[in-house]
Amino acid sequence: MIATGEAAPDFTLRDQDGEKVSLSDLRGEKVLLVFYPLDFSPVCSDQLSIYQEVKPEIEAKGVRMVGISVDSGFAHKAFQEKLGIDTQLLADFEPKGEVARAYGAYIEKTGHANRSLVLIDEGGKVEWVHESPTPLEIPGANLIFDALAA
Amino acid sequence: MNDLTSAAVPPVGPEDHVRGEGEGPIVYADLGCPHCAAAWAELVAGEEAIVFRHFPVASKHPRSPALHAAAEAAGMQGHFFEMVDSLYGDRGRVDDPHLWERAERLGLDLERFERDRRAPETAARVRRDFESGIRAGVASTPAIFRSGRLSRP
Repeated sequence: MIATGEAAPDFTLRDQDGEKVSLSDLRGEKVLLVFYPLDFSPVCSDQLSIYQEVKPEIEAKGVRMVGISVDSGFAHKAFQEKLGIDTQLLADFEPKGEVARAYGAYIEKTGHANRSLVLIDEGGKVEWVHESPTPLEIPGANLIFDALAA
Repeated sequence: MNDLTSAAVPPVGPEDHVRGEGEGPIVYADLGCPHCAAAWAELVAGEEAIVFRHFPVASKHPRSPALHAAAEAAGMQGHFFEMVDSLYGDRGRVDDPHLWERAERLGLDLERFERDRRAPETAARVRRDFESGIRAGVASTPAIFRSGRLSRP
């Protein structure tokens, strides 16, 4: 997993609406990357639903939160609609998991990212990282606020 | 903006909804959540006391905020757990007319019920529980705490 203080690897991915998003375009604001295993899985649904409930508080701290998984933009769109969330979801789809690998969040055996959080500062450096012990364990949203308060 | 950093689950206090007497788990539950409904039935059958805390996840269950507000409003007339049991017992009927029917069946003053469930103080009361759950690390529902530690149903 990438470490605090390292430069966050740049990437360009498409979101749920097919729009290209580059990390370098987001310089000047804090970015929280939420790597999660798979759209529509029960645990990921719980995680993104609960983060949605505190998204206004996260944004009030000047942080842009984006989800990333190996699913396609079309799957992301359907997942977003099913959950009733408006968190931007990026498709790490082709080459599969390339961004998750660059951040050390990819699990080769299962073919998807581990449940990991990466907070990137306004200058593009990694400010905080959390990697779940297993993909089945959801990091509570409290951990995000702890990192932002540190 | 309220503080959402980590904090221990708050001990049982005078504002809490407590069913029964004695020691029991603190349950953060969503009234729109089927897993919570199933767990609730088991808890009611097996525990001497249960502390219910609101944890509506509106994105997942859009009617949850209204259901939690209805339970709070029923609680103001002394029927909190009767409303919770009613909502978990019949999860398909959660629109406003169904809430009015439930309130009537419980013998509530309907005008007061309507006023109370829409009051900002009621939403704030629900949100206080929700935020204490976030601070305690609740990441899915139901979340059951025993002796201050999160356990599984």
